[in-house]
Amino acid sequence: MQNKAVELTGITKAFGANDVLRGIDLTLSPGQVTVLMGANGAGKSTLVKILCGVHSANSGTITLDGEPFSPSSPSEAIRAGVVTVHQSINDGVVLDLDIASNLMLDHLTAPGAGFFLNKRKHRAEARKIAAAMELNVDVTQSVSELGLADRQLVAIARAMAHRPKLLILDEPTSSLSAVEARRLFSLLDRLRDGGAAILYISHRMSDIRRIADRIVSMRDGKISGVFESAPLDYEGAVKAMLGHAMTDVDINIPEVGVPVMQLSDIALRPDATPFSVDLHANEVVAITGLVGSGKTELANILFGLERPVSGSMCLLGKPYHPASQRQAIGAGVFLCPKDRASNAVVQDFDITRNITIPFLARHSAFSFLKRRSERATARRIIADLGIVCQSDRDEIGSLSGGNQQKVMVGRWLAEASNLLVLDEPFQGVDIKARRDIGHKIRETAGGRATVVLVAEMDEALEIADRIIVMADHTIVGDHRNEDIDLGAVLTQVAGQQSETTDNTEHAI
Amino acid sequence: MQSEASNDTLSNPELHVKSKLTATEFAIRYGFLALTLGLILFFSVFAEGFAGPYSAVFIFQSVAITGILALGVTVTLVVDGFDLSIGSVATTSLMLSSYVLVVWEMSAFAAVAACLAMGAIVGLINGLLIVKMRVPDLLATLGMMFLLVGLQRIPTQGRSIATGMTLPDGRVTEGVFSKAFLALGRHRFDFFIENLVPVSVIVLLVVGFLVWGFMELTRHGRIMYAIGSNQRAASLAGANVNRYKILAYMMSGVLASVGGILLAARLGRGDIASGNNLLLDSVAAALIGFAVLGAAKPNAFGTIIGALFIGILLQGLTMMNAPYYTQDFVKGAVLVVALVFTFALSKRGGAH
Repeated sequence: MQNKAVELTGITKAFGANDVLRGIDLTLSPGQVTVLMGANGAGKSTLVKILCGVHSANSGTITLDGEPFSPSSPSEAIRAGVVTVHQSINDGVVLDLDIASNLMLDHLTAPGAGFFLNKRKHRAEARKIAAAMELNVDVTQSVSELGLADRQLVAIARAMAHRPKLLILDEPTSSLSAVEARRLFSLLDRLRDGGAAILYISHRMSDIRRIADRIVSMRDGKISGVFESAPLDYEGAVKAMLGHAMTDVDINIPEVGVPVMQLSDIALRPDATPFSVDLHANEVVAITGLVGSGKTELANILFGLERPVSGSMCLLGKPYHPASQRQAIGAGVFLCPKDRASNAVVQDFDITRNITIPFLARHSAFSFLKRRSERATARRIIADLGIVCQSDRDEIGSLSGGNQQKVMVGRWLAEASNLLVLDEPFQGVDIKARRDIGHKIRETAGGRATVVLVAEMDEALEIADRIIVMADHTIVGDHRNEDIDLGAVLTQVAGQQSETTDNTEHAI
Repeated sequence: MQSEASNDTLSNPELHVKSKLTATEFAIRYGFLALTLGLILFFSVFAEGFAGPYSAVFIFQSVAITGILALGVTVTLVVDGFDLSIGSVATTSLMLSSYVLVVWEMSAFAAVAACLAMGAIVGLINGLLIVKMRVPDLLATLGMMFLLVGLQRIPTQGRSIATGMTLPDGRVTEGVFSKAFLALGRHRFDFFIENLVPVSVIVLLVVGFLVWGFMELTRHGRIMYAIGSNQRAASLAGANVNRYKILAYMMSGVLASVGGILLAARLGRGDIASGNNLLLDSVAAALIGFAVLGAAKPNAFGTIIGALFIGILLQGLTMMNAPYYTQDFVKGAVLVVALVFTFALSKRGGAH
């Protein structure tokens, strides 16, 4: 047996002007579980998609068992022995078919599969696969009747049935209970002993501690750290993933104003520890934490999209219980959502129309729009944020990602607010646009409280006066961004009672 | 420094080239209007009697009801919905107005009010099914279509309504279509020539203007377009998506009932077999409208041009003695060509 199942050399990938992968060199060995860590936008999913045949790399080579490997489709990758279990469970199963058909799906689509279906044989095969996975289900049951966890196990069983050389699992435990996760881990142990290479993508430190033989951290489309000598340096891996290269931005923390938003004893989940926090005027607060730490839930609660399990909120001293995003906007609480393509950009509209959507009432008289007023606002935002465009009538789709993001942020800066929440405002944005957006947020922060949700530590350090760390759906740290002890912050980010803090080198 | 960046691009000649229309873009934007004009010229030369005010009015009249329904479909298309029930709302309105006039012997005003209310209620139910019950648009309105087709037949046991007919309970109807009601279908306004323009054409133009104004000039129209393009973004920007969707279906229902009223007034009886083609013709007009001015999206102006285009084509072909049974084929061919214009040629259509 070779000691390299998969070897990637110099893999790059760009979508338009956006470099997602900037030269990945990575070796995955048989019988080893490699955990891949990386913040949103680090390029993990693109890397996975290249391996499983969804995308092809712009340059670089991949070898599988020493043979060149460049799958042009997912089914080709599967036949070559690279099998992927995707994060979104319902992508991995066909809901309306029974379990047997789901387990046998790849056999049905394989070239040379017979035209007619021998149901009995089909089910017998499926039962064998299920038994090998210790999956105790009736294979004639429809997948749509299964719970999420069982669906996930079916998807994994289907993947395992290929006896893969490389098995890729993308956040496989995100919807599994502890017991089910343990079952999955014992399966993975057996598969590893059988000589498969496993690439495991996760943010859950408990999973990583349980399963990892080796941790690879990704950041900005590059491998930022490989940790393989026992005992594994979990904190180092987190640090490599979030980055801590000190930026040249100097924050002069201004005097804070009055408390604008006061949260008392807010519980985001029934089992989460309640927390209280005050957000002040003229203060930019970065909230950081891993995926699933509760940042997004907090933003949703502030914006009226969700209600807290318990606790109360006060806006400028008055009780604040928004029942909808419209009420929140009415109260001067704005949210600039993450994932602009799905949550913010209106593709059919030009720049002006994209900017004025939330405040059309301001630009109309008796419901009739005043184009001049709209365009004046749009021009002001374009100039303020330095949006690179030909005119305020450009289609939004003709702008680069960074400029689109400026438009989305500008949409919410067009009117004064009491509290502005920006969820991952630097997602998919180049460094110049990031600086511009950061400056503008800082510059306009005087009259309001500002909350920026970021996963990247660099971004938090660059923009914030105060950094709040969330883990397990509660606040675990609150730091003034001045001579900050980054090690302590990263320990809090990694969460889970931080058992391994023996090899800390917090010198920055 | 920031303004410098934008000045740079404004003065950059390379970027400016993009804003000039290329031949393809010109074709996409004005191709359909040019085609319509060409068609008019062609028929004016080769079809005797095509060019003239009476022929023009006839074309307008032939597409008036379809056009009004198509404007309703357009509104639902704007919010990324689709109303398949319009045809049956129109025929239900036809039967309902006849029933109110002939069986209940009520006034023209009552008949019109009942129909408009029915259209609004059907639209409301459609909207609620889609928004609250989460039934997909096509299925909800398809179900409503069947329901209405059946419902309109129940009171008369499937027979047409006319003065002097026998009702299921043995009574003989004595009500008549009042003059005022019939005027909606038969009165013609003077326009340079006496008794030229029928009411339905005026209604089409007024409704078209109102829908256009609502969609293009008001903030509500703007928000509805935003919902159609990215519902989630519109919602996160504070739009009440559900309310606007329901509004769209109610507008569609009311417009369809207006179409039905005009049809009843023209026919002068509650003809159970009328209005079979309304749904397909109006959907075709709304979809052809995508291609007008390269909009690549539902729009009121395009919808009216689409309806007129079909009307011109059919009128011209009829005058050139094309047999009636080729009509549907011609309509279908026009629709397919228009859809190619919209989706294959235009960048915006292809980008999604």
